[in-house]
Formats: sequence, C-alpha cells, structure tokens
Amino acid sequence: MIRLALTLALAPFVQVASPALAEPSRIVVLGGTAAEIVAALGQQDRLVARDSTSTFPASLTTLPDVGYLRALSPEGVLSVGPDMILAEAGAGPAEAVAVLQAAGLPYVTVPGELGPDGIADKITVIGAALGQAPAAATLAAQVKADLAEARGRAAAIASKKRVLFILSLQGGKVMAGGEGSAAEAIIQLAGGINAASGFHGYKPMTDEAVLAAAPDVILMMDRAGPGAALPDEVKALPALAASPAVQSGAVLRMDGLKLLGFGPRTPAAAAELRAALYGAE
Amino acid sequence: MAGLSLSHPGDRSAHALRLSWGLVGLMAVAALVALGLGAASVSLPKVLGDLLAGRGVAAQDQLVLMQIRLPRLVLGLMIGAALGVSGTLMQGLFRNPLADPGIVGVGAGAGLGAVLAIVLGGALGLLGPFVVPVAAFLGAWGAVLLLYRVATQGGQTSVAVLLLAGVALAALAGAATGVLVYLADDRQLRDLTFWSMGALSGASWAKCLWAGAFILPVVLLAPRLGAGLNALALGEATARQIGHPVQRLKAQSVLAVAAATGAATAAAGGIGFVGIVVPHLLRLASGPDHRRLLPNAALLGAALLVLADTAARLVVAPAELPIGIITALLGAPVFLWILLRQAGREV
Repeated sequence: MIRLALTLALAPFVQVASPALAEPSRIVVLGGTAAEIVAALGQQDRLVARDSTSTFPASLTTLPDVGYLRALSPEGVLSVGPDMILAEAGAGPAEAVAVLQAAGLPYVTVPGELGPDGIADKITVIGAALGQAPAAATLAAQVKADLAEARGRAAAIASKKRVLFILSLQGGKVMAGGEGSAAEAIIQLAGGINAASGFHGYKPMTDEAVLAAAPDVILMMDRAGPGAALPDEVKALPALAASPAVQSGAVLRMDGLKLLGFGPRTPAAAAELRAALYGAE
Repeated sequence: MAGLSLSHPGDRSAHALRLSWGLVGLMAVAALVALGLGAASVSLPKVLGDLLAGRGVAAQDQLVLMQIRLPRLVLGLMIGAALGVSGTLMQGLFRNPLADPGIVGVGAGAGLGAVLAIVLGGALGLLGPFVVPVAAFLGAWGAVLLLYRVATQGGQTSVAVLLLAGVALAALAGAATGVLVYLADDRQLRDLTFWSMGALSGASWAKCLWAGAFILPVVLLAPRLGAGLNALALGEATARQIGHPVQRLKAQSVLAVAAATGAATAAAGGIGFVGIVVPHLLRLASGPDHRRLLPNAALLGAALLVLADTAARLVVAPAELPIGIITALLGAPVFLWILLRQAGREV
C-alpha cells in the first residue's frame, strides 16, 4: 500500500524527469472518442476504468464504469488506483475535475472539438500522453488523408442528396440535427446536404418544416436508447410519409458513437454513409 | 420521567430532549459511516492509528479523506440541516403539513437561475465552478423577495397570497426554464437533468465555507422562532393577542428559508423530500412543539442526508447516483406511510 502510494506520489516527478521510464499503465479514460483513440493506438491494455460514454470497442465495457462524463465523482475515479487520467474537455463537474487535477497524478485533457478537423489533435494529445507519439503521428496522418479523400469524393458528387438526421421521435415530434450539429458535419463529409436548416443544434421541428425539408434520405442512430425512432414510426408520420425518403424507403440507421463521435472511425463512418447514399463506388 | 406521558398526555418535552440526544448519536454514526465508506479503499482505523502514532498518512488516503470525503460530509450535514429546518419553518408558518421549502419559490427561482447559467453562461463568457451556484442562489432570493413583496400589503403578509402567488411564480419560472431548455444543446440538457436531481459530488472546502455562511446562522437561530410558531398554530389573531409579533415572525421565517435552502440548493442542486419528511417524522416521535422540532429537524435532516449520500456513493461505485433519486426513493414511501397512519386515526 505504502509502496503504491509512493509510486503514485512520485509519478508526476518521474514523468517530468524521464517520460520513458514511468509509462502509465493504469489509465482511466473519460470520453468515448478518447477511449476509441486509445484502443486504435493499441494501448487498450493500459486502461483500468472508463466512463459510461466509452463503449467502443465493445471489450471496453468489461472495465469498471466510473459514471457519466459530466457527472463524475472524484473518489470513484481515484478508487480504481489510476496512474493517469485521460479526459475529454467536456468532463465535469468543474469541482470534481479540480480535485482530480490536484490528486498528484497526470491529468491529460483531450480537446473535445466535435468536427472532422479536431480528430488529428485528439490523437496527437493522447499519443503524447501514452508515449506513443510515432504511432499517433501515423494514425493522425492516416485519418487526415482519409478525411481529405472523403472530402474529395464528397465534392465530386454532382447531385447531392438531402439528408435529414432524426435524433428522436418524442411523441411524434421530429427532433432533428440542424446547422452546426455533429450530424450536419458527418452528412456533409459523406457528400450529402443537411435537409434541416434555419436552426442550430438538435431541436424539435414543426411538421410543416419537416414537410418542406423534403429529405431524400432519413438518417437515425442505431442504438439510442428508449425513444429512439424506429423506421416504422418514421413512415407512419404524416409529415414524413410523403417525403422522397419514405417513398423510396431510404431510412438509414447507423451506430451513434461511430457516426457522431469524431474519432478515428469518422472516415469509415463517412464512407459507410456515402455508400448508403450513393451506392458502392 | 417515562411516566410523564401518563400524567400529562400532551407534554412530551422530556421525550423530545431524549430524542435530541439520540439524533446526535445517529448523526455521529452517519458521519463515521460516511467518512469510512466509499469507492476508494481507505481504512479509517488504520489512518487514525498512523496519525496517533506519528506516522505519515499515504498521500492518496489523505487526499481522499481530507479533500473528498470530509468536505462532502460537512456539506451534506449542513444541507441536510438546512432542508430539515426550512421544512419545519414552512410547515409551521403555513400551518400546513404539505408545505416544504419549495413553497416560497426557492426551488423554482434557484432552478431558473441554474438553468440560465448552464444554458447561457458559456455564451456570455461566464465559466467556472461558481457561476451555476451563484446564479441559483440569486434566483432563489429573487423569487422569495418577489413573492414576499406580492403577498405583503399594508405591512401585513397574507400567507394565503404567499401560497397562491408561489404557484403562479413556479409556473412562470417553469415557462422560462422551458424556453431555455429549448435553446440548450445536448450536453447542457444532461447537465440540467443532473442538476435537478442534486449531487454532493462537487463538494469542496470553498463550497462548505460559503454555504455554511448562510446555512449555519439559520440553523442555530431558527429555534428562537419556535415559540412564535407554536403560538401561530392557534391562529394568527390568537397569536397576535397573546403578544407575538406575527408579522416579524413571518418575515424572519421566509428570509431564513431563502438563505438556508437557497444556499443548499445552490451548493448541491435540487434535493427533494428531506424538507417535507423530516418534520413529519419528528412530530410523530415527539409532538408538535416547534422549540424542540427545529433543533431536532436540523439533526435528523443532517443525519438522513449524509446517509442518503453515502448510499448514493456506494450503490453503483465507482460511479454514483444523484442523491435526489435516493432521497425521493426513500422519502416518498415513508411519507405515504405517515399519511396512511394519520388517515387511520383522524381523517
């Protein structure tokens, strides 16, 4: 116990002196995209706990869950005996983060930008924290190249389809992804046009606006918990029944974290969505 | 002493005093349990032994005990006491067993303040751990002062108007909250939900300090309002005739609740049911004398909240539940049981 405490107390100093000597091997990861990047760098074995948003790869779910990213309890996080905390910028509450940052072990903040441009940054920060800078540089370069390719292919599409992202259908109200939402970013990356415009973020749309949006394709999350829309429910809505999407049966469902997480799987998600929209290349 | 209840069926003051000591014991046990148990394995006896023997305490143990569990325990004790005392004051003032601290708009006002800060704070450049608590506290005070103003005509506060205006104000605050919820993004919505269920996980010594500055004076001074509230139970006119300054009593009670519950809500979000259940349990155990009820409510409220928080920390460790879930889950059935008991007797 005392030796463990000593190791914990000395860890930050050892880190500064020589990063190669004290590689953190008991890491708590907070944030689904950060967890995905750790796994993509092949460092999953070094994780000892995760937050409730870290669900990919599925093997992560066997690790202890320290709770929701925005409602952390400092003691819970420390109770797993970590030697490093790797947290997305959205971690909270602020007081809990303050205690964790003062706990005498490295606390690494991963930038939380929701968009394709932030992915490489996240990978670089995590790679540096794990002592895997070369692998991270390779992965970041790969992601950048894949994103550039996705953008090129998106730009080459002549007649773009109008895609409506539906987050949920609460009581028949369409909760759609508007301007500036992560859903819009991935739709554009896949070569589509966001059919919902005129509002920011995720908002309930009126039936008439849904009618006017006339989406060619409806996109939904695959695993969004209770209240998530089922294709049949979508088809039954009068505002959507007449849309080209329902008429042609173009109702897509994709994994939520992959679609909206903006991590290493984003180029693949864009390619998958593009293939679903326009057929395989 | 025990025979008193036979000779004077109404006099339960000796019993209430014994109850006070029992509650002090309960609170001490709750405090020890809260300090000793948690997700991190820290052995309290070992740490105390090390301290007494002059050995150093492991840095990690020290961090968990001094920066996490102890401030959380202190904050929990104070918030529990604040809610218990506030509930008792409100039930006494309104002469209505359904009253809770929320009845004078504290909850609605604090909720609106918190939602404002969560949704618009970032856009206005207001960030940091103190923005939401300060906004909630200001919201609570704003609501209470507005209500008090509306209900006070010609130097007299009408309790009925206070109650009804509270309903209107809650609806208004609810509508404003609705607009803000509409504007909120996904993350802010999660923050709002968690805030409304309450949590002590943000406890820090700084928080204890400012919450204590409002809560402790109220908890310590509230028993002085007991005699007045006892008189008020006979009716406002009677209380005035036997020489109690009824208007001052109303003003002091309302301000005390605004200070204590406002600070408690600002520090830990909305924690329900403690304020309403504690006075009921105590009246059942030791009768309706407010001079005894008020200090006992502080003790029982503190003990119950700390026990509920310990459960919140342990049930899903290393994660934790919002404490409002635990208090409602335990408080609501107890409240129903009290109602059923009373219904069997009188109604």
